[in-house]
Amino acid sequence: MTTTESFADEASAAPNTPIVLLEDIGKSYGNINALRGVSLSVRQGEITCVLGDNGAGKSTLIKIIAGLHDYTSGRMSVNGEERHFGSPREALDSGIATVYQDLALAPLMSVWRNFFLGNEITKGPFRQLDAAKMKRIAQEELTKMGISIPNLEQPVGKLSGGQRQCVAIARAIHFGAKVLILDEPTAALGVNQSGVVLKYVVRARDAGIGVIFITHNPHHAYLVGNHFVVLKLGRVALDTHRSEITLEQLTTEMAGGSELEALSHELRSVNPELVVENESQRQEDT
Amino acid sequence: MASTITSPASADDRVSARSLGARLLSRPEIGSLVGAAVILVFFLIAAPPFREINNTGTILYQAALIGVMAVPVSLLMIGGEFDLSAGVAVTTSGLTAGLFAYQFSVNVWLGVFVALLLSLAIGAFNGWLLMRTGLPSFLVTLGTFFILQGLNIAVTRLASGAVASNSISDMDGFNGAKAIFASEFKLGGVTIKIIIVWWIAFVAIAAWVLLRTQIGNWIFAVGGDAAAARAVGVPVRKVKIGLFMAVGFFAWFTGMQLLFVQNGVVQSGEGVGKEFLYIIAAVVGGCLLTGGYGSVVGGAVGALIFGMVQLGVVYAGWNPDWFKAFLGVMLLLATIVNLVVKNRAEAR
Repeated sequence: MTTTESFADEASAAPNTPIVLLEDIGKSYGNINALRGVSLSVRQGEITCVLGDNGAGKSTLIKIIAGLHDYTSGRMSVNGEERHFGSPREALDSGIATVYQDLALAPLMSVWRNFFLGNEITKGPFRQLDAAKMKRIAQEELTKMGISIPNLEQPVGKLSGGQRQCVAIARAIHFGAKVLILDEPTAALGVNQSGVVLKYVVRARDAGIGVIFITHNPHHAYLVGNHFVVLKLGRVALDTHRSEITLEQLTTEMAGGSELEALSHELRSVNPELVVENESQRQEDT
Repeated sequence: MASTITSPASADDRVSARSLGARLLSRPEIGSLVGAAVILVFFLIAAPPFREINNTGTILYQAALIGVMAVPVSLLMIGGEFDLSAGVAVTTSGLTAGLFAYQFSVNVWLGVFVALLLSLAIGAFNGWLLMRTGLPSFLVTLGTFFILQGLNIAVTRLASGAVASNSISDMDGFNGAKAIFASEFKLGGVTIKIIIVWWIAFVAIAAWVLLRTQIGNWIFAVGGDAAAARAVGVPVRKVKIGLFMAVGFFAWFTGMQLLFVQNGVVQSGEGVGKEFLYIIAAVVGGCLLTGGYGSVVGGAVGALIFGMVQLGVVYAGWNPDWFKAFLGVMLLLATIVNLVVKNRAEAR
């Protein structure tokens, strides 16, 4: 388990410097400190998994990197330059794309319109949409990612959850994302679809993109992650490289370690059969 | 949106090509087109004067009076909002132009220009207040509806001492402005009011903007999912405020038509209730009340249905009292037909 100092050393020693580097980042809303002293680095071709239970500060962290919120203490640098993002557009222009849990796709709009939303290709003096070109590129990009959506006129709302994730990821990659933030991409998906999405996450990494993979599923994280950061109550509880941890350790750490032990002890003392008996007795009494 | 791509390289054999019929049926305006055809045939049979070519101009004129405003109201609805102040805003614009030109004894064109600025400002205010407060557009524009309704009457009485604006028909620039906003010409024996030409032009331009430009894509997106649109860099605030300003612009245009067709006089109590007719036209035309889906052409067909029914009832010799009841039934039918057609088309 490395400390933040040694993590920073490791980062500077690595051949590729981090694209995004957070140092001692904090975010407070009035008297509530949602994040305290969080350090994180994202490098090209690496998947950094951020794990944590509900309310651990994962969402706040990505909102800071994605430009939806500003941080209140510490330092965030992108390509070695200190940055405070005022809007998601600024983050996008710096090459940081976010695929949100709710996907940021308009459900009633067609696939190709969603794919190019905010980055439409126009032609001619009247800046008319080049629909044919956009459809062609969208089809190519989706095929490249191995996603087959035969009818691009189909509204996005008609696609499956996994397909929608893939469209959102393919879109982020096509528009030159250097850093891709994935906010719980597998949370709402079944086993098969999760597998498909994880495959695209790996493809994005192989394409040289720095991936931040937010999840509360240690199994999914361990399948693809290079680096793991566990958040707990707004602080970093664990910051380690894949070679230094096993899946069991990660799961235990994620579930709260000692807290889980206490919980299992507590649950063991409950005799389930006793409950059933009581229930049946009560029914006989009435 | 006219063609569908099915590249053979990536074809998925689970999905068969959609037939032309299915693709046609999935267009938002199809329900209103079918409705318009049914109503046309119905009145051609039931009302003999409906068949006379001369009356076509009158029917189109009735449709255009609603149709011009249905253009921005449809766009606004696709953008996820609606504007209850649209009806009285038309009157406000007409009154402003008339009163300003008369009271300051200036050229009519200056009054027209001041009215344009005010109409755009009202639209911008609606949009700004909506985005600033995050209140639903129903509440914000209900507020502006009452404000404008009250101001229309109060300011008119204050300025002219009556409930109508002073006539400006003998003032400089009146005839020129009238030629633009409220003239008419003969086309093969049919009298065509100029607003019909404007209406068709506005529908064509707005339909092109909606389907074939970046702005149009953004309108669909802010109505479909504003948070999603913002996250990919669409300027949601600007788009919504712009849409309300478009309503302002067309309210100005309709207000000028009103002013110049009535020989330079506008009644200050006019326009109340018109906002619902614009909304009905848009909804009948397939615009989704919750935003993100719809068509400008549909809104125009909705206005055409309105014009045909309004005059059809008269031509058939029925009591015009029935008209409103008929309109309500039309609205419900159109909404249900749109829903059924949409579900059917998507299920194919």
